[in-house]
Amino acid sequence: MKREIPLILTAVVGLTFVVQFFVPHYPLGFMADMFSDWFSIIAACAIWLGALNLLKISLNKIYKKDKDRFYAVVTIISFLLIVIAGFFFSGGRRFQEPGTSFDWLYINVYSPLSATMFAMLAFYVASASYRAFRARNAQATILLLAAFVVMIGRTPFSDWLSGVFFLPEGWQISNLSNIIMNFFNVAGQRAIMIGISLGLISTALRVILGIERTYLGGD
Amino acid sequence: MHLSTEFGVWVAAFLTIGITSFLYKDNPFYKFCEALFVGISAGYWFVSLYFQNLLPKLFDNLGITRMLGLSEDNGAIQNILAGQWDERIWYVLAGILGLMMLMRLFPSIGWISRWPLAVVVGSTSGLYMITYFQSNFLSQLQKTVIPLIDLNKISALAAGGSLDNYFAAFLGNLVLVIGTLTGLAYFYFSKEHKGAFGFSAKIGIYFLMVTFGASFGYTVMSRMSLLIGRLYFLFGDWLGLIR
Repeated sequence: MKREIPLILTAVVGLTFVVQFFVPHYPLGFMADMFSDWFSIIAACAIWLGALNLLKISLNKIYKKDKDRFYAVVTIISFLLIVIAGFFFSGGRRFQEPGTSFDWLYINVYSPLSATMFAMLAFYVASASYRAFRARNAQATILLLAAFVVMIGRTPFSDWLSGVFFLPEGWQISNLSNIIMNFFNVAGQRAIMIGISLGLISTALRVILGIERTYLGGD
Repeated sequence: MHLSTEFGVWVAAFLTIGITSFLYKDNPFYKFCEALFVGISAGYWFVSLYFQNLLPKLFDNLGITRMLGLSEDNGAIQNILAGQWDERIWYVLAGILGLMMLMRLFPSIGWISRWPLAVVVGSTSGLYMITYFQSNFLSQLQKTVIPLIDLNKISALAAGGSLDNYFAAFLGNLVLVIGTLTGLAYFYFSKEHKGAFGFSAKIGIYFLMVTFGASFGYTVMSRMSLLIGRLYFLFGDWLGLIR
């Protein structure tokens, strides 16, 4: 019951999606659409689970008088604030329209916080690269050169630099950057994508046939 | 200098500086903004997924919103009560599976969440198997099997076309074909990388290194562009120093 039913569910749902691609008619087409909606509903519940778990952990911190309990209070209050704004003060289904309180929180709180968090990665990446990147051999040197040309080639500085070194038309750094991105990078990405897709197809087949069961966990 | 008079801009500026303050060191201001971000993000997805997924796909299909007076359209429950079979009643199972997923909050009955997880894993496997086969495997192969010498372009060349453009296209296609094939040779581990095969795998490594370098450079530049956006917000929208 703990393992057999999940295995049957996985096989039925997985095979439905595969077979309906070849026979896109009733009832398989309807079943695939329905399972797709089920997926969205369960995924939404999984996100709810994550949010409720966050509340549980934060409340635990407050209950146990953890040294970071003040921040747990901030997390709970901010969570409740946007949830209340979204459910009760933003016009229901029109909750994302400009002018609603949910939209105000998105524009002035969520958006600046997430954009700044990701922008900070520029510093972390620069710091990590400075410490880790060394042109020890030909391969590492090529990686560094490609990164350097792509980075410089996407700034106005590259035009100035190309002028200083009198690089001919078509061989300027911005052109080299485009050549790397459009040809060398595409070729490598293609090899990676084909490899990934082959691996993914074989893993999916193993999951559907019940050979791969690690997602069910222990016992 | 024209300071903004909008309350929202001041809040956004305060939070931007709070997150940036981590560059100095970990501090209470940053921790406050971080906790706020965690709570707001969780709440944002909590509300968004309710209105975008649960409400239209579960409650509308079943007719629960109709029962509560939130919608005028009949759902499965109303149709079945009126004596008309409605296949959308099967969505009640999705609701039950969704509730089963929440059982993970209680460790003693957490195993129940395996059922909805099985549906998610099955859907993802079935769907991705087909879509990846089409979009990543077949379509990428199709784009790689391209003519290196294009007779139409040679005819155009004879009619006064540009030699540079012709050679650029030829070299570009050559790089694409050789790069993809040698890259794939590197990923083929069922045969020892020796001799001619080893040589092609070695060429493949060089192509992959250029790819990694280009991806790295591109990622750094996208983060820089976000950083410039935040600085532009602080010095433009908030302080009014940039017009």
